[in-house]
Amino acid sequence: MQQVKLPCDPYNIIITGVGGQGNVMASRILGNMLSRKGLSVTIGETFGASQRGGSVMSHLRVSEGSSWSPQIPRGHGHLVISLEPTEAMRVLATYGNPDIKVLCNTRSIHAIGVISGEQQYPDLADIKSWVAELSEAAWFMDATEKAMELGNPILGNIMMIGAAAGIGELPLDREDFQAAIAENLTADKQELNLKAYDMGVGMVQGAACFMPRNTPPSSTDNAYS
Amino acid sequence: MSAIIEGAAGTRHLLMGNEAIARGALEAGVAVVAGYPGTPSSEIIETLARVSGQQNVYVEWSVNEKVAMEVAAAGSFAGLRSMCVMKQNGVNVGSDFLLHLAITGTRGGMVLVPCDDPGALSSANEGESRHFARMLEIPLLEPADFQEAKDMIKWAFELSEEIQNVVMVRSVTRLSHASGNVVFGQLPDVEKKAFFEHEGHLLDSVKGPMSSLPVVLKHGRQQEKLKQVIAEFEISSFNAYSGPRAPELLVITGSACYLYSQEAIRLLGVEDRVGLLKLGTTWPLPPKVMEKYLGTTGQILVVEEVIPFLEENVKIMAAELGSKIGPKTFFGKREGYLPQTGEMNSDHVTAALSKILSVAYEAVPQAYSVRAGELSDAGAPGRGLTFCAGCPHRASFWTIHNTLQLDGRQGFVCGDIGCYSMAILPTGFNTLKTLHAMGSGLGLASGFGKLGQFGMKQPIVAVVGDSTFFHAALPALINAVHHRADITLVVLDNSGTAMTGFQSHPGLPVDASGSEAPAIDVAKVCEAMGATVKTSDPFDPGKTQQTLLELFEIKGLKVLVLKQMCALSPEKKAQKMFEVSVDEKVCLGQACGCNQLCTRIFKCPGLNWDKEHLVSRIDEVICVGCGMCASICPSGAIRKKEVA
Repeated sequence: MQQVKLPCDPYNIIITGVGGQGNVMASRILGNMLSRKGLSVTIGETFGASQRGGSVMSHLRVSEGSSWSPQIPRGHGHLVISLEPTEAMRVLATYGNPDIKVLCNTRSIHAIGVISGEQQYPDLADIKSWVAELSEAAWFMDATEKAMELGNPILGNIMMIGAAAGIGELPLDREDFQAAIAENLTADKQELNLKAYDMGVGMVQGAACFMPRNTPPSSTDNAYS
Repeated sequence: MSAIIEGAAGTRHLLMGNEAIARGALEAGVAVVAGYPGTPSSEIIETLARVSGQQNVYVEWSVNEKVAMEVAAAGSFAGLRSMCVMKQNGVNVGSDFLLHLAITGTRGGMVLVPCDDPGALSSANEGESRHFARMLEIPLLEPADFQEAKDMIKWAFELSEEIQNVVMVRSVTRLSHASGNVVFGQLPDVEKKAFFEHEGHLLDSVKGPMSSLPVVLKHGRQQEKLKQVIAEFEISSFNAYSGPRAPELLVITGSACYLYSQEAIRLLGVEDRVGLLKLGTTWPLPPKVMEKYLGTTGQILVVEEVIPFLEENVKIMAAELGSKIGPKTFFGKREGYLPQTGEMNSDHVTAALSKILSVAYEAVPQAYSVRAGELSDAGAPGRGLTFCAGCPHRASFWTIHNTLQLDGRQGFVCGDIGCYSMAILPTGFNTLKTLHAMGSGLGLASGFGKLGQFGMKQPIVAVVGDSTFFHAALPALINAVHHRADITLVVLDNSGTAMTGFQSHPGLPVDASGSEAPAIDVAKVCEAMGATVKTSDPFDPGKTQQTLLELFEIKGLKVLVLKQMCALSPEKKAQKMFEVSVDEKVCLGQACGCNQLCTRIFKCPGLNWDKEHLVSRIDEVICVGCGMCASICPSGAIRKKEVA
């Protein structure tokens, strides 16, 4: 097993989305990939009735040492992988800090309060600008749309893992992805998932989806550092 | 998932806490496993059921937790190692048997694994199982991480055989449903042979009958064995200390709270001021270990979830050891340093330590927190819980609610535990008016149904799921029939224990291991008991409403079985029943007298209101094609086309 270095220890990843988007599967695969590198991985998640249509979050703690607690402390996230735009905002409010990075799927899922008209869903342009303001770097992509081109919107979660590998922050390798999905999926599904993964890697390569930190309107320099 | 048995000794795997518990049981050579599904415990039995054939383990989803304990105990009485698994309130259900079993004792090692849910992340209560260990006088172990979850289970079997009694290993959501790295031990090659010795004398615990009689004598024996337990706990490596020799403050903790406490100490950088005593053996507490560490300091903080169980036991021990260790100042839940409700996390512990030690702590610059808070108010609207797109429960409660409105006598619905509990919320049109334990809706209805002599004329409806029907509704059903309670029971039959992940139950033709099993028919059971029984499809709201209105007119117990498979079931997910679309030319939008009935009231997540064009839309990513919205649209704008 090769020696790998993390940008910091523990490195804290939050995968967030709405129940049914394949959040738990994504956290398992990502955790499995990092564990294959010899790293110690702790994943905290909740599922059950509380997740029917609700927000879902998985916390991944990655370390060269031992197990960390399954819940990331307030303000200590390093990377957010968000399967839904407003969920990225929810995570930043609790776990955000000026150095956090965000990967965000732009496909919205409306809560029943929004469907019924009791709540307003924010404009995507606003969410993008707010996320960019609260993070060091952010990438936005319509993974669900691309996944539907592959025939199943659920593959959006796999594309986001590909995107996480694509930004080069963590020791995430294609071979480890292949090995991780081989444990859970049949051969034909593996091929489709690998395609989704590769598309995700490709999505973050261009400058099109990248947004560096924008400063809040009221300040001339970075207000949070 | 076969990695659970294929992984060789010494290899390292990323496992869910529940999988680690399952592996521990296999390494101990478990032969009989029984339980009832309940979050966060279900994956333990699911994992074992998958490998039951290869490992020669009998695994069952029992009808309820009391029977599960009895099934597991039978294995133990016959000399086999057995394990019993459930969520926290399952221990309440089984406690009547357990109270007797703890005095009777066991033979083959028997381990009880309750998985508690602090913070009620997926429960209607945050009750704790730990109190049963003290109440029934059985040893309690609490693993602090994934490796311990596996190793402790194995040790619990050995301890159980040593003291011939049940050992409780308590897990929590943040361990059961979290994942971490685990190094495997050896899978044993043991012969599993069952034989129940019963020819000996009543007092012969090895060869005699198994009973709690004579109670006082057997109870005394049980307490004698606890001395052996304490001796084991005194030298257990599951209790460990880290920190300075004479700390300013001693933190005593266990379970997932160990990792939170460790992180809080690191976050504040107070490793040289604070000692951390992690206890894996939390009842009965080992006095020598406690004397050694309580004696090192004058200040103690106990970190645990939910109510102060460990804290109280430590205080009792501190009082008993008072002459040796001197007076102590305690910081904990009773002193208000930590919350007595909800789950623990490192932020709570950090706040408590920061206050006690006067160390300032700011997780992020204040300007950032303030701005993030402002932006998230608009940027992250809350998500109310909802039935899934295509959920038959939404359709069932739509009709039950409408029928009661139509009836006009202020009828109401009593409910219980399952996804359908959410009918107390807007997603179920606030139809449920009582919500308690498994089967309690029918029990309450049985009581309400006898209040006619005091002038009650309201129609009374109880709802129960198919798995819950067998678990706890049968005695209430018999009670209602026998006492001629005037009530209508609606069985929401979605063909599985859906909320916890489609585990089998006695109404299905399959068992936990996937083998064929005789299915018990809910409607026939009700008929045999003398109830008037009808069946309908909840996706046919017209027929369902008509049937309900007819049943309201009949005296005594009426049963309506609403049969439609859960939208998340693998069979349903494989193919849509209908392609659903909105005909924009027909949808009148806000001009329609319905006032957006589909999105404003029915509000299935598969529907959207197009603010620009003022019409309803189907969200093709979310819609599963149940077609129910087409049945409720008054102008017929929502069309459904059968998928070939």
